[in-house]
Amino acid sequence: MQDSITVSTDPSVRYLLRLGDTCLVHAQRLGEWCGHAPIIEEDIALTNMALDLIGQARGILTRAGQLGGQQFDEDQLAFLREERDYLNPTLVELPRGDFAITTVRNLMVAVLLELLWTRLQASTDAEVAAVAGKAVKEARYHHRHAADWLVRLGDGTAESRRRIEAALHRLWPYSRELFQSDAIDDAASASGLGPRWAELRDPWLAVMRDALGAAGLEMPAETAFLSFGRMGIHSEHMGHMLAEMQYLQRSYPGGAW
Amino acid sequence: MNPTEKTEATTSSREEWPLWEVFVRSKAGLDHKHSGSLHAPDAKLALEMARDVYTRRQEGTSIWVVRSDQIVASDPGDKDMYFDPMEDKVYRHPTFYKLPDEVNHM
Repeated sequence: MQDSITVSTDPSVRYLLRLGDTCLVHAQRLGEWCGHAPIIEEDIALTNMALDLIGQARGILTRAGQLGGQQFDEDQLAFLREERDYLNPTLVELPRGDFAITTVRNLMVAVLLELLWTRLQASTDAEVAAVAGKAVKEARYHHRHAADWLVRLGDGTAESRRRIEAALHRLWPYSRELFQSDAIDDAASASGLGPRWAELRDPWLAVMRDALGAAGLEMPAETAFLSFGRMGIHSEHMGHMLAEMQYLQRSYPGGAW
Repeated sequence: MNPTEKTEATTSSREEWPLWEVFVRSKAGLDHKHSGSLHAPDAKLALEMARDVYTRRQEGTSIWVVRSDQIVASDPGDKDMYFDPMEDKVYRHPTFYKLPDEVNHM
């Protein structure tokens, strides 16, 4: 079996891994809908989105692998790290759940990424800025698509309403983690690599409030619960997801098609 | 129709969503051409689904969607009456006419 790699603790690398892993893990969960979505059109829409996110992850992981004195390619970073070296927020690794869970999570993540990519277009790292320029258009569409579904589920049948409310209350506590600042954010902010995610909290809440309002839903109150995926401390679901995601590269090193 | 207006079919979860015909324009200046159809609960989602299903490979720069039940079609039973009379009207094609050699660029 292929051995794990050890990733640099350089704050720029860590900052980019948080972003790249958010895209990668979110895409992995979205890809699980392939063949299982409630309708064929949405099956295609969800996997389109997953592919957009994989493309974004590739760009960011490629760059992360070049910094901090390391030389890892996107595949090594995507498939050969230990669980603790993945720095995605816990939100994206939670099981895909039903279509309501996916819709709420898609919206939460798309709004976050849209705000992040918008800021990252001005990154002092030219490669990150280039990825951001392309990704911001994709995130804009992901945002719209999820917001439109939110309205239809929130303002649909009694059953869709019950499910979307349950999904919102299940996922909301995981939003708090997104906007916690630490030394990694401080370093990125100081070097101009990218903004502290905490700076995006107010605009994120404003956009979410509008989207929820349009769907007749109330924004849940902030909870005391705090997750730590961005620190590499994950939920019990992460290991199972990685086992499936890494299986091929671990068993057949360098395998490609 | 108002893009967010609810259609009849969304009022009961047991009923199927209406069918929409999708027309895609491949580039500016060309006509929208029929690409296929899909089911969607309303006009706005029909547009988004058309984007996701029919323009994944850069096929489009503009999309129209039309409720299939809003299209008025000719009756296949009328085919003889409608279209056969045109069979022997070759003079309706410009190629029927011989142009003098002096006329260029036609």
